[in-house]
Amino acid sequence: MSAEPEAPIGTTQVPLEQTDVRRLRVYRYERGGGAERFDEFDVPVGPHTTVLDALLWIKLHRDQSLTLRHSCLHASCGTCGVQVDGREELACVCSVHDHGAEITVEPLANLPILADLVVDMNGFFARFPHEHPIIRASEAPTGPHDGEVDADPHHAEVTLHHHPLHHQHRAAPPGADFMRLEDCIECGLCVSACPVASTSYEYVGPAALGAAERLLEEPRGVKREDVLEWASRPEGVWRCHVGLECTRACPTDAIPAERIMALRRELIFGHDDRKDDQ
Amino acid sequence: MSTRHDAHVLIVGGGATGGGLAHDLALRGLRVTLVDRGELTSGTTGRHHGLLHSGARYAVGDREAGVECIRENTILRRIAPGTFECNDGLFVAVCEEDLEYLEPLVEACTAAGISAQRLTPEEALRLEPNLNPELKAAVRVPDATVDPMRLILRFFATARHNGADIRPYMEVIGLLLHDGLVSGAAVRDHVTGKTGEIEADLVVNAAGPWSGRLAAMAGAGVPIRPSPGVLLALRGRFCNMVINRMHKSGDGDIVVPQRGLSIVGTSSWVVEDPDELSVPEDHVERMYAEGSKLIPALRCAERRAAWSAARPLVGPGGAATGRELSRTFQTFDHRDRDGVEGFVTITGGKSTTLRGMAELCADVVCRKLGIDEPCRTRDTVLLPHTAYYSATAQ
Repeated sequence: MSAEPEAPIGTTQVPLEQTDVRRLRVYRYERGGGAERFDEFDVPVGPHTTVLDALLWIKLHRDQSLTLRHSCLHASCGTCGVQVDGREELACVCSVHDHGAEITVEPLANLPILADLVVDMNGFFARFPHEHPIIRASEAPTGPHDGEVDADPHHAEVTLHHHPLHHQHRAAPPGADFMRLEDCIECGLCVSACPVASTSYEYVGPAALGAAERLLEEPRGVKREDVLEWASRPEGVWRCHVGLECTRACPTDAIPAERIMALRRELIFGHDDRKDDQ
Repeated sequence: MSTRHDAHVLIVGGGATGGGLAHDLALRGLRVTLVDRGELTSGTTGRHHGLLHSGARYAVGDREAGVECIRENTILRRIAPGTFECNDGLFVAVCEEDLEYLEPLVEACTAAGISAQRLTPEEALRLEPNLNPELKAAVRVPDATVDPMRLILRFFATARHNGADIRPYMEVIGLLLHDGLVSGAAVRDHVTGKTGEIEADLVVNAAGPWSGRLAAMAGAGVPIRPSPGVLLALRGRFCNMVINRMHKSGDGDIVVPQRGLSIVGTSSWVVEDPDELSVPEDHVERMYAEGSKLIPALRCAERRAAWSAARPLVGPGGAATGRELSRTFQTFDHRDRDGVEGFVTITGGKSTTLRGMAELCADVVCRKLGIDEPCRTRDTVLLPHTAYYSATAQ
């Protein structure tokens, strides 16, 4: 540090004893390694300790074989989803202080378990339609600019349609010529939380339906009728019971339930009637 | 597509370095296995602020690094279309002292081939209304933002499609070393709990800040200095462009928008053990203080997360802050350095230059294995990140 920091600001300081300890009950499973079980670990915690911090401490200091996913550590990549005391959370932004003295950590539900807290995300992406792969603008196929980059990068890339709900985090004036990556981080929390997904591996679930509705807004060469046909299959949009657990669980406010309802409006009215008012 | 070669290369480390190399070697027709002890990009790669460098941050002090960045920036936009938010970046002078950096910045960028457009304070505020209204001047550069994990997953997806065997959760527990020759690695598979051996004609150490630890298993050395920095994610998207402070790189001088978050980075120090990274609270406070000089509203923004990432910098021991260490990469052939054959380390660098890094390392690998294949990564458009999953057989 080159200079003294200025006065503390912004952060909420929670004074805690250095000796503060949480007991983590951690789900364990090893392929071919016997029955699933819970292991218990006492973990020292500080004011900002997250569940992911606690799990990494266990891996480093207690049991190297503990297997988990993580990457960005700030709720942007979507890899560290788990159930904490039965609720879906990204472990990297789940404070241990929002939970009691004993904290139970399990893998996400409704997805195949590979090992310990790691689920097989193929089970997540397999729910997306194969015949019409859902392509978000953040993974656009090569367009007319393939092979050369426009001198002004603004115009070389897709300008996203901004869903009205996405403006909640935007600071720039509406209509500014800016693009952004999608809100959905493909973490699987909504699929884990969905009560219907727990009854059927076939139900495509909130993330894929949300992506389908997104595709209607920016079709990228896919036929609108094909998307609607895919969404209206028996295991598609009508299976939703409007429990809204997906929207509760979503860590990035992508609001999947809202998009499922928009798909239904499209199917019933042939268009989203809310847009008539805009 | 190239002809297939029998030579088998084992890459240790599933970050940007290993991902870029696996893709390059697979395109050249080599047999490639890549292992990581955890999830892909779980070390340093996934944790960076998400800046696709234009090179402007380096141009003044190190023109070569600036040239390298803008070249790779341009190539990555071409081979990974849609992965970047191409909203450019601004360098912002917030005090008279910063203005002294204006001319050197514009001149150095121009000399390095980085477009640098001067903006008046009014023009800058029109683009980014949340900027410090006291700003004195701004320069627009072709920075972009990127989702670090998904960019690298595109390299892994394409490598896998071209035959590479990508194995996360497989930890190297020893190197197979006989008479000064490395012939593979002993591994533990954390999915099955089983241990085994992977034989290879060449082992490449791409373990980033952990590369010193892996090299030690072969009795070799790497002058790696793990240099962590603290990053702070705040709720709310306060800018659409990358906002840089117009001065020599320092703590808390960049704000990068990522979806609904604003990332403020970063600090720099040096550690011995990259597994034991702390997040000093005074560094977090400094991110708030410095970041809000660029965008005052950050001062009151809600903390979403604060974390540390260890840069794998190359340099001698004794460095104090890491800022004096090289940001470029190096390839070490341990035959020359330690008398160990069959073992190469590639380390240093940054995500923006991962493709160029991989090209040079793959050249070394092919030369050692007597294979004559050109690099093809400049013109190969990468598969989408989701293809990584659909290519996995269960």
